[in-house]
Amino acid sequence: MLLGRLADAAGGELAVEAGPWGEVLASLPLALQQALAGTRWRMACNGGLVGDPSTLVLQAGDELALLPPVSGG
Amino acid sequence: MAVDVRLLGEAFDPAEAVRAFAAAHLQSGGVVSFIGQVRGGDDVEALELQHYAPLTLPAMQALGADIAARWPLDGVLVVHRYGVMLPGEPIVLVAAASRHRRDAFAAADYAMDHLKAESWFWKREKRGGQWAWVQPREQDYSDLARWG
Repeated sequence: MLLGRLADAAGGELAVEAGPWGEVLASLPLALQQALAGTRWRMACNGGLVGDPSTLVLQAGDELALLPPVSGG
Repeated sequence: MAVDVRLLGEAFDPAEAVRAFAAAHLQSGGVVSFIGQVRGGDDVEALELQHYAPLTLPAMQALGADIAARWPLDGVLVVHRYGVMLPGEPIVLVAAASRHRRDAFAAADYAMDHLKAESWFWKREKRGGQWAWVQPREQDYSDLARWG
């Protein structure tokens, strides 16, 4: 699940292989990796915020959401 | 103290919502409301707010509870749209009812600063047929920092 301009960078939603976040990140399209490197972002796994993405190990069937800086109101 | 928080995918009538809110809080001497609407008159053709369901409404409800704990209010109402909106359409409504006006003004101001800078929404604007994401403004963060 990709929100805001991160969705544009990836060209839509993505399915990724289960595994540690470092491996998931490396498997993402280059444009999305570059977008993530250039901004502050948060991550949610199955709807819950992840404090430290480096500790995440994605399981099969998990929904990962990448959340760029918000702009509401 | 009544906390009413709504996340809507369809257009709403803020005037009617404020009328009903004030009528529900007849004991309150002051009702303050703020309406944010899609700016017209420049070249913005449409605005879209994206949300993320698992986070957006729960965080708005937490904000409502936070406001209720900070000020002695009789009621607080937060209504926020998502989806595509046209110039002039309401995006957000915040209303606060209290015995005395200053608490209601402060609560509505606080609610808007937090909705702008901290809520789980992503905004893009359509100009000349092209959509572009709106980056958060530094002003939004400095507004938020006023509250400590």
